[in-house]
Amino acid sequence: MNALPEVSSHAMARSRWRGGEIAFWVLVLACAFLFPSRYLIMTDILRLALFALSLDLILGYAGIVSLGHAAFFGVGAYCAGLLALHGIITEPVIALVAAGLVAMVLGFLTSFLVIRGVDLTRLMVTLGIALLLEALGERFSNITGGTDGLQGIEMAPILGLFAFDMFGKTGFFYSLIVLFLLFLLARRVVNSPFGLSLRAIKNNPLRASAIGVPVNRRLIAIYTLAAFYAGIAGALFTQTTALASLDVFAFEKSADLMLVLVLGGTGYLYGGLIGAVVFKMLQEFFSTITPQYWLFWIGLVLVVIVLVGRDRMHRWALWLPNLVIRKIAGRKAVVAVPESDAP
Amino acid sequence: MTTLFTILFDGVAYGMLLFVLACGLAVTLGLMNFVNLAHGAFAMTGGYVCAVLVNNSGWPFFAALPLAFVVSAVIGVALERTLYRHLYTRSHLDQVLFTIGLTFMSVAAVDYIMGSSRIFIKLPAALEGQFDFFGVGIGRYRLMIIVICGLLTVGLQLILAKTRFGSRLRAAVDDPRAASGLGINVPQVFAFTFAFGCGLAGLGGALSAEILGLDPYFPLKFMIYFLIVVTVGGSSSITGPFLASLLLGIGDVAGKYYVPKMGPFVIYTIMIVILIWRPNGLFGRTAAR
Repeated sequence: MNALPEVSSHAMARSRWRGGEIAFWVLVLACAFLFPSRYLIMTDILRLALFALSLDLILGYAGIVSLGHAAFFGVGAYCAGLLALHGIITEPVIALVAAGLVAMVLGFLTSFLVIRGVDLTRLMVTLGIALLLEALGERFSNITGGTDGLQGIEMAPILGLFAFDMFGKTGFFYSLIVLFLLFLLARRVVNSPFGLSLRAIKNNPLRASAIGVPVNRRLIAIYTLAAFYAGIAGALFTQTTALASLDVFAFEKSADLMLVLVLGGTGYLYGGLIGAVVFKMLQEFFSTITPQYWLFWIGLVLVVIVLVGRDRMHRWALWLPNLVIRKIAGRKAVVAVPESDAP
Repeated sequence: MTTLFTILFDGVAYGMLLFVLACGLAVTLGLMNFVNLAHGAFAMTGGYVCAVLVNNSGWPFFAALPLAFVVSAVIGVALERTLYRHLYTRSHLDQVLFTIGLTFMSVAAVDYIMGSSRIFIKLPAALEGQFDFFGVGIGRYRLMIIVICGLLTVGLQLILAKTRFGSRLRAAVDDPRAASGLGINVPQVFAFTFAFGCGLAGLGGALSAEILGLDPYFPLKFMIYFLIVVTVGGSSSITGPFLASLLLGIGDVAGKYYVPKMGPFVIYTIMIVILIWRPNGLFGRTAAR
């Protein structure tokens, strides 16, 4: 009978902000002032981080393997692009939310297809939806600009105050604020009873439904939310680069995203953020060696990660930062705990 | 009327080709429940082996075909023994990541070695052009594909249904534990099946260079087609994937002919509808275990 208070106190303890987390965000903010010449690539990382965060919500927390998450990214990107191009909503923040909402509606509609069937069917359906959207984008090239993409997008100043500059400073802080706000929301969601029920579903759907968790409704909810996040990430992409092309729907995009998340680790929200940094660094590194065959190295990284074992790799990667933090904080403070190691 | 027959004929040839390409995947994915997204890479290997032999070394086309099979099968069994084997029991996510990684590597490697442009295999003169059969234009090459693939299909069905190996494989798939208890060497059966499937994919790749086009992005471009064949066809027998391939082939050819602007739209829509209607495939038996 005393299980309930124990669970809730455990959940409360998990949802408390740890020193490591605060340090992480301070570090991110510090980067903004440490590397003022690299705003463009840092914005890129932030966008990717948000996108990966979105995948983490469904993959890490609900266990839905999606090969077509780029669909929502693409829809968000094109929405933001079209809204700005035709001057329907010129204010970036409102356009951002609008694009997110459109992606969310798509996510809601397609979630009914995704919750049916097993892993394989899900893979196929998510992949199919992304390919379908790509084919549609090609078909209606008068709207989407076809393979050339949307061109000549001009962004109005954010809130009418901050104009986008060519060094990407505005874009960077804009992306950072959006990422942080959405991260807070995601953090709140996954530590809520709703988030706990998602974990239950991920671990054993049958048992979860036996204890009264409405499995399908929860999956629809989180899938819809993840679509919203991905849409926002896509819209950020268009707004900060003034670009949207059919590449956004490509399979490689979804596969890269998986790699990002896997590099960082699933199921603790920071995975996407850390993964995005590592991924971009890898990309920089490999493209200086062989720019043309960058795909090979991505593939190699994926293969090695799987063969070494994802959990083991994350323990190695987190060993040093956690050691440092333990030394400084002197407690059991840790930066991040991958899902498998979570108590 | 004659165009209808031509479409049907081309569609059947295309479908047969897809079946040979994908039936190895039907076994690994449908029966062994291993998500192998790298299947197209084996097909591409076969295609390039055949192309190099015919174009550069001057081998006759029909002599190069078996070698395409053998090389793909050997690479398949080597990878199965060294890498894939460890992943049978892992989660689907791991399998997906691993095989996507392999696919990316193969794409970049082939791009590096062979260049990124589309490659053509020099065909013998006897296979070029077409002839009239009661007013229906029959492409010689497509006719050959239908004959070869038809024979292969019948052969596969016989092997699975009549031979000792076939019954071992079916037993190993139905219940690996009971099968190994009865003295069946399950890993060996799987390795052999995997190699055979890869070989067939390689053969399919060699045959398909003319029709589907062969370039380093082949595995990514056609991955979805192979997956459609298997998921729509289900995994209870090879008849399911066979019918699914024919459906897909005819649907795709007809779609491209009648509504060219919709492109691949038709196929994806059909696939999604079928998967919603019957998540385990049209001819499926049970959910994947």
